[in-house]
Amino acid sequence: MEWIVALVIGVMTASGVYLVLRARTFPVVLGLTLLSYAVNVFLFTMGRLQVGQAAIISPDTTAYTDPLPQALVLTAIVIAFGMTAFLIVLSLKARSELGNDHVDGLSYVAEEQAVKSRQKAGN
Amino acid sequence: MNLLEFNLPLIALIPFLGAPLAAWAANINRVASAWTAGLVTLVSLLFLLPAIQLPFEGQTLIQSWSWLPSLGLEFAFRLDGLALLFALLILLIGLLVILYARYYLSPKDSMGRFFAYLLMFMGSMLGIVLSENLIQLVVFWELTSLTSFLLISYWQHQQDARDGARMALAITGAGGLAMLAGVIMLGNIVGSYNLTEVLAAGEQIRQHENYLTVLVLILLGVFTKSAQFPFHFWLPHAMAAPTPVSAYLHSATMVKAGIFMLARLFPALSGTEAWGWLVGGAGMFTMVLGAYTALFKHDLKGLLAYSTISHLGLITLLFGFSTQLAAVAAIFHIINHATFKASLFMVAGIIDHECGSRDMRMVNGMLKYMPHTAVLAMIAASAMAGVPLLNGFLSKEMFFEQAVTATDGSMMTWAIPVLVTIGAIFSVAYSLRFIHDVFFNGEPVGLTKTPHEPPRFMKIPVDILVLLCLGVGIAPMILVAPILSVAVSASLQSAPPAFSLAIWHGFNLPLMMSFIAMGIGVIVYFNRYKLFRWHDENLPRIDARILFNMALHGVLVATGKISRLFDRGSLQNASSWVLLTAALAVIYGYLQFNSPLLGHRELMPVDWLTVALGAFVVIASVLCAVLHHQRLVSLIIVGVVGLIVSLGFVKFSAPDLALTQLSVEVVTIVLLLLALFFLPQHTPQERNAKRMTRDIALSLSAGVIVMLMAMAVMSRDYAPISDFFIQNSKPGGGGTNVVNVILVDFRGFDTLGEIVVLALAGLGIFAMLKNLRLPAPLRDIQGREWSHDPHPPIMQTLTRLLFPLMLLVAVFVFLRGHNLPGGGFIAGLVAAVALISQYLANGIDWTNARIKANMHIVIAFGLTAAVVTGVVAMLLSYPFLTSTFTYLKWPLVGKFEVASAMAFDLGVFLVVVGATVLILVELGKLSHASHQMRHEEHY
Repeated sequence: MEWIVALVIGVMTASGVYLVLRARTFPVVLGLTLLSYAVNVFLFTMGRLQVGQAAIISPDTTAYTDPLPQALVLTAIVIAFGMTAFLIVLSLKARSELGNDHVDGLSYVAEEQAVKSRQKAGN
Repeated sequence: MNLLEFNLPLIALIPFLGAPLAAWAANINRVASAWTAGLVTLVSLLFLLPAIQLPFEGQTLIQSWSWLPSLGLEFAFRLDGLALLFALLILLIGLLVILYARYYLSPKDSMGRFFAYLLMFMGSMLGIVLSENLIQLVVFWELTSLTSFLLISYWQHQQDARDGARMALAITGAGGLAMLAGVIMLGNIVGSYNLTEVLAAGEQIRQHENYLTVLVLILLGVFTKSAQFPFHFWLPHAMAAPTPVSAYLHSATMVKAGIFMLARLFPALSGTEAWGWLVGGAGMFTMVLGAYTALFKHDLKGLLAYSTISHLGLITLLFGFSTQLAAVAAIFHIINHATFKASLFMVAGIIDHECGSRDMRMVNGMLKYMPHTAVLAMIAASAMAGVPLLNGFLSKEMFFEQAVTATDGSMMTWAIPVLVTIGAIFSVAYSLRFIHDVFFNGEPVGLTKTPHEPPRFMKIPVDILVLLCLGVGIAPMILVAPILSVAVSASLQSAPPAFSLAIWHGFNLPLMMSFIAMGIGVIVYFNRYKLFRWHDENLPRIDARILFNMALHGVLVATGKISRLFDRGSLQNASSWVLLTAALAVIYGYLQFNSPLLGHRELMPVDWLTVALGAFVVIASVLCAVLHHQRLVSLIIVGVVGLIVSLGFVKFSAPDLALTQLSVEVVTIVLLLLALFFLPQHTPQERNAKRMTRDIALSLSAGVIVMLMAMAVMSRDYAPISDFFIQNSKPGGGGTNVVNVILVDFRGFDTLGEIVVLALAGLGIFAMLKNLRLPAPLRDIQGREWSHDPHPPIMQTLTRLLFPLMLLVAVFVFLRGHNLPGGGFIAGLVAAVALISQYLANGIDWTNARIKANMHIVIAFGLTAAVVTGVVAMLLSYPFLTSTFTYLKWPLVGKFEVASAMAFDLGVFLVVVGATVLILVELGKLSHASHQMRHEEHY
């Protein structure tokens, strides 16, 4: 079972990193969202996996899962939302100020030119 | 209440508190600001008064408050003879400078700013001399660098003031960092940062293998501050400051801070060969170089600047001799130099003020125009030259005597007296130049105004200082011997050696040296034009400012090149460097970690539902990356991934997380959908194949690394620290839901920090969206026109019906949170979803008309509630955020628990609702505004 969870974390990380490295703001925000899922689950697994042992104290339960990573992850989820919101609004602001949604604020034309000049330099 | 238990920190803090007061007083009128500054200084002095007699009784007053005991950090202050002497110098000369500056500054200059800076600087200096803890001392040390930067650059409109200030800050600030390193090493050797222990451990320090490193680091701080060669060049450029600043910084304070450190750490560091060579060598070289250069400066302040450098070298050289009598002479000269140099700077300021020039080739024959000032200047300059019956003579004689006797029979025996005499010759020559060129030597040349005596009160500080020069010179045993004696015994940490401050010691070698210096000095001065010509023709002109700026520019270019290696203005490039570094760091860390990748914990059996869901997430994540060009599709896929993750939390015993993730998911997707409306619906193809390959390789390796890391942890057993929380959740926190109790009780302070972050994110978004205008697209990606009916009636009806139910769920989740899954965070998100769905279904105008709460106020209420909960605990003298609980029997409900943590959780709830709704509604308003824009265009 652990392997499956680890695989899920790994794939979410890989997709997240790939999207974070894209040139447009929206995929980057999506990538960061995926990455924060991966990080949250990763942190959560630091308490190891337990089934049916939620940390709700009751007299007839003896074993509980580790509540500490859960408490940390709970706030991390909310903070990640704050960060996502801030980023997406930042990208809206960038679109409004710069007229495009490239992460470096390049317009389509400027980007084409940059690619061309790089190709020329390569030749 | 005994004042002697807490007066020392107040002495240093009062000027800091007074600084804004002085700045504010300038609004009333200019003079009020000067009065305030003067009064603040007097109050500070008043707090020193009750402690003044202690050093004379042989006591050292130490006041300390523990701060971070584990790091050896204390707020610790110390008053002994040395501290007292310096504190008196700083405060008294400070008072005179304030009086003088009130007349010096022109109506164009802002008095408030000047006196505020001056007071802050004074406070920093007092902090240095009164510190018992060395780390604290270094903090004040750096504060003097910062505040002197403000003072030197006071005339911000002048390029040379800005350059000079920057240079002073760079040099003295860097020296301060070196000193910090030295002090930390010193503390490690001794095992304490407190002076009492450090000064008692001299032998241990000198024997230690790191002694030389410590010495060099601390001396770097000392030499940069006290303008010792090769760091002396900042001081002449600092002359761009207003003259009262120069009079203060370069007589009694700033540059004396370095000398103070030499005196302070004398018992801990001195007495070795390395100390003798480094301190003595730098002092000797600086003294001769400064004295020589001073003669060739035509600018009055330039002459005084190099003379200051030279005298600082003299004092440093004396400390370098390492003998007790040399320390006496050094501290005596500190007092004397402070008095005559402060008065000379003030005279230079008066001349500048009255003549409009400080060039000695133009300012001549001033005796006629300002006889009073002339007499003062002549006495002070004679003291500087070391003329008998003045204070400078006494300390200079002691200095000569030390130069003759302090050295043992090495090759230096003859060299030191000779070099010292050469320094003294130039010292006489430039002092004579100050007198003769300015006050005699014919008539002024090309002055724009006719000079006359300055206002009476501008001369009073100079009067007082010159009287002191005379008094100390004539009756040293009465005026200065007591304070000198206690200062010396504090510096040496032993009884002071027998010294006599007599004017007449008989005909001896030191007196001969004085006569030689005076005789040759006069000859040198009267042949000065030949010397000037020779100097101009034969010595290369080195402008330290140009060299410094070149070096600075070089550093900037070099660092710029290094950063451009990694950051070529492309975020993609920069991010990939960060990711690559992180990956390499993990791999390196693993290679250092001598253990197999996987542990031996028994793994859980696989169940097929989880496998199926896991496979679903894997496919969805990959699809999300592959299909990211179609933004709407990839956004929906992200939503799917989030939902399955929350299912995963349900499966693995984390109901709170599942609820949070679920509600955050809803809010996030709505938010991204709203934003996507204004962004291009499609991401263009990237053409750079190389970059694509690199990114795929990077993301695959990141995925594999994270997967293996997770597995490495999950396959190992561990000893959690959570047993405490599980055991104390019910008895200590009054709740059975441990996760919630941790959030609102055990780690409440963390949660407080987190809701502050959330509130700030909300406010930041509000600020960014203010006045933002984005055109709304008319059609979607497939060319279909957006619906003209944004609020369909079925949705309106349903959401209005659901609203009370949703709020009820929020209340339910909130109330049960302490004992069962739920709590402020989740309830807040549920309530936010309820509100947002109203906005979505009914439009902003309709909803705003019915929900009158301003979300800013909701956030403020939430933060206040959370903080007040904590403060109430403090008022009841428990630590911040301590919680309590009790059980009430309510009708119908039955036994019900009331915990103070509920109030805190309510704060969390309000902040989450406030921030979330604020963010989404502000974004919604954007589309609202754009719709209206479009509407207006249409019709």
